[in-house]
Amino acid sequence: MGGVTMSQVDYTDVQGLVRFGYKKMTNASYALLRVKDASMARAWLHAAPVTSAVEVNPPPTTALQVALTAPGLEALGVPASVIADFSHEFRGGMAEESRSRQLGDVEANGPEHWSWGGPGRVPHLMVMFFGEPGPFETFVQTSKGPSWNDAFDTLAGLDTSDFGGVEGFGFADGISQPEIDWNQRLTVPRTQLDYTNIVALGEFLLGYRNEYGKYTRRPLLEDSATSADLPAAEDARGKKDLGRNGTYLVLRQLQQDVRMFWQFALQQSGGDIAQAEKLASAMVGRTRSGDPLEPIQEQPIPGIHTTPGQKEQNRFTFDQDPDGSRCPFGAHVRRANPRNTDFPNRPRNLLTKLITMLGFGPEGLCDDLTSSVRFHRIVRRGREYGTRLDLEQALAPVPAGNSHPESGLHFICLNANILRQFEFLQNAWLNSTKFSGLTGESDPLLGNRVALPGCPVTSDFTMQKSDGLRRRVSAMPQFIKVRGGAYFFMPGIKALRYFGRTGSSNP
Amino acid sequence: MTPQASFMVLAPIVPSREKQLRALLASMNEAPGRVNANNGLIPFAKFENLHFARLIILDDKTTGDVRVYGLQPESYPLYLAFLGDIDGDENSFLNNLVKVAANGLRKIFSCCEKFGARTNILKWMKKRRKPSIANYVNTRGRTVRRIREEATVYEVVESYIQKNSLLWNLAPREVYAKLKQFVDAEKAAGRLTLSPESPTPIGWWIRDLLHLVGAPFLVLILSPLLIVIAPFYIVRLRKLEKTDPEVCPTLDQAYGEELSRGEDYYVSNQFSAMGSLKPGLLRLLTAIGVLGIVDYAARHIVRPGRFARIRTIHFARWVFLDGTKRMIFCSNYDGSVETYRDDFINKTGFGINATFGGAVGFPRTNWIVLDGCQDEPNYVEYHRRHTLPTQVWYKAYPGLTAVDLERNERIRKGLEVLSLSDQEASEWVALL
Repeated sequence: MGGVTMSQVDYTDVQGLVRFGYKKMTNASYALLRVKDASMARAWLHAAPVTSAVEVNPPPTTALQVALTAPGLEALGVPASVIADFSHEFRGGMAEESRSRQLGDVEANGPEHWSWGGPGRVPHLMVMFFGEPGPFETFVQTSKGPSWNDAFDTLAGLDTSDFGGVEGFGFADGISQPEIDWNQRLTVPRTQLDYTNIVALGEFLLGYRNEYGKYTRRPLLEDSATSADLPAAEDARGKKDLGRNGTYLVLRQLQQDVRMFWQFALQQSGGDIAQAEKLASAMVGRTRSGDPLEPIQEQPIPGIHTTPGQKEQNRFTFDQDPDGSRCPFGAHVRRANPRNTDFPNRPRNLLTKLITMLGFGPEGLCDDLTSSVRFHRIVRRGREYGTRLDLEQALAPVPAGNSHPESGLHFICLNANILRQFEFLQNAWLNSTKFSGLTGESDPLLGNRVALPGCPVTSDFTMQKSDGLRRRVSAMPQFIKVRGGAYFFMPGIKALRYFGRTGSSNP
Repeated sequence: MTPQASFMVLAPIVPSREKQLRALLASMNEAPGRVNANNGLIPFAKFENLHFARLIILDDKTTGDVRVYGLQPESYPLYLAFLGDIDGDENSFLNNLVKVAANGLRKIFSCCEKFGARTNILKWMKKRRKPSIANYVNTRGRTVRRIREEATVYEVVESYIQKNSLLWNLAPREVYAKLKQFVDAEKAAGRLTLSPESPTPIGWWIRDLLHLVGAPFLVLILSPLLIVIAPFYIVRLRKLEKTDPEVCPTLDQAYGEELSRGEDYYVSNQFSAMGSLKPGLLRLLTAIGVLGIVDYAARHIVRPGRFARIRTIHFARWVFLDGTKRMIFCSNYDGSVETYRDDFINKTGFGINATFGGAVGFPRTNWIVLDGCQDEPNYVEYHRRHTLPTQVWYKAYPGLTAVDLERNERIRKGLEVLSLSDQEASEWVALL
């Protein structure tokens, strides 16, 4: 490719959430805002104390991050021609009708029932506050500053809770994350024959090469007075890159019915709690403590447990479990990350590669049904909300008149290509009733259980066995309900300042 | 074996009746993207040998792209295309079609050129048949009837398992024996039918054999000529590959949303894409050669159910239009357009490049099979921009994917053998 000059990441321009989960900052809240006064909103954005991805010692105790929706960019006065160069999914929004159908946001999950994000309730921007318990409240107030209420209307304030590293159903969460190739050492494009957890930078930040070795489309601007501060585009000489160091952020409010989940598992297990836990683990694909159902392998996996921050519980693949007898094909973690490669049989020479490419490779029913995972990874940054129920509370009969307050997950993921990453994962893997040769079931946790034409049942869950007939539970209720969602662009910090600056001349 | 065939009727639309035609086609759907299989115009469900059908207005928005070659876009007529994939031969299907749906066909075709009140529908349709240059059938001989019978076996077996939890603790061999016993009893009681395979029509068999042998023979005869031409061809091809312009502008947002409104109601989707061929004899011959190979491979070489590595396509075809100036590709596939495109790029990029690299604007290919669609950001826009909204689309077995069909077939075949080894029994039980 001519005219490409690759350069290192400037962490001062990247919002910190791309690099850090801010786990030590146990307090967090997300303000979903509508622009009330565009010029005041711009002024706030221009001055907002946004935390960058620079590693500092000691680490910060508070952090602020900002992301905007397509209507938000419009409300700020960003020219339509600039917005038009963002991705189709971002511009169309999560609640667009056809997209809802693809994401499974229909019937009870439908945007018309959402508490925010549905028709007329799409946020313009999201301001995320993180902090350790001490400084948090003050930080929120100072960050908002005096003009906050004049600049913005608050559509929703999403509070989060610290469940201590477990999600609502009680399972350790956030163990599997891709390792971003910050230093751009990966060869792209390439053929990947062994599973790797290291993923090209361009899959998570715009303006860098993705797994195909290409640059995802994003607005590139002429060099001008307003764009002068923006980083240069690597792939277009003389252009300024509004997307560089930015990413798309997907936010979904997922309400979890913890009681229903555990009581269903218990009832299916004839009242045996140990069995119920086994069933629940099969549905998740991990035990409650986060151990995979596959053995931790000796052989290292690039990007897993190679540095102190990475967990060993992530060092496994499904290679030694081709029949799903240890971890069911339909288990949540197996759907979300099949840990496969570009070829089903890892052809080591050109001839076997050719044979496989022409369709004469493995011929089992379920062989080679799943796309190569490296094109479909996401970085997850979600946080729990509401009050945690422990297993005993969840299994106890509901006290009369005491309905448990809502709890769940504010799911957040980051990706450079919403269509190929988040949406693909949601649609082709989690939601699909035909994933990996299965039929009649979607994700055991996230599935909406809605029938499709010709597929009346989508509420099964199958556990394969190597020595006999599979076990199958049926009529699973819907455990997780979507309560809101939107697609945001989380810009680089210079781009954020650009949004705060421009528009004033184009009201 | 009953072989599959396909038909395509193509006719220019009378411009003043386009609106009326669109309304008629819309009336065949329950809602956008969801056909009424028993609609009053063409009650698809009545045809027991019809797998897929579609009616589509070939409204190619990209005809202007040839300007990059300094050519003036032609003003092609707006066509209506009616396509179907069937069991048995085309003529008897069309006969039956006219018998069952004469009135509806008359209404639809009266919006097309040269169709009057007294026109003989069958003759009119046959005159407008458009053969494909390459055609793909997922599994030869798998008839609609067999698909339905095998699906019933699967359902019956599954519900038997549901009611007999004792099966859970048996060894695979015993599970198999019990289920076989059950299915045999159901068959004996007349509650379950598994029709025997029909004999292969002798004419078809001979034609297929001639094709199998004839095509390589022809290549062999021509090979001295091909060898002489090859160096010139390669030099010229490489030059074109380096200089042919790419045309992959961003898809119009509203157009993309219109396409999406017709998709993802079922586990399968339709795909129709259209574009102009690059000018020049070399590109045309390359397209004909490549599609000839694809057609031959699809017919004689590929494994049933596997089109190279792709396992989600039921039927597909490539058709030249307006002589050889334009091409349309139609397929019926499982999953969403994004999974389909993922398969295109990551599993059979070489095939996509070879078959579409000759189309105006396609991302730059090298050596016919390399690069091209691997330029993912451009290819995505290119792919979507050339996709056409399909007005009416029918699938005879809306809930079943190609993999479901293969599973059901494996189950049925397992039940028909006299005995299975332990290993085979184990594999068979794993299908359930």
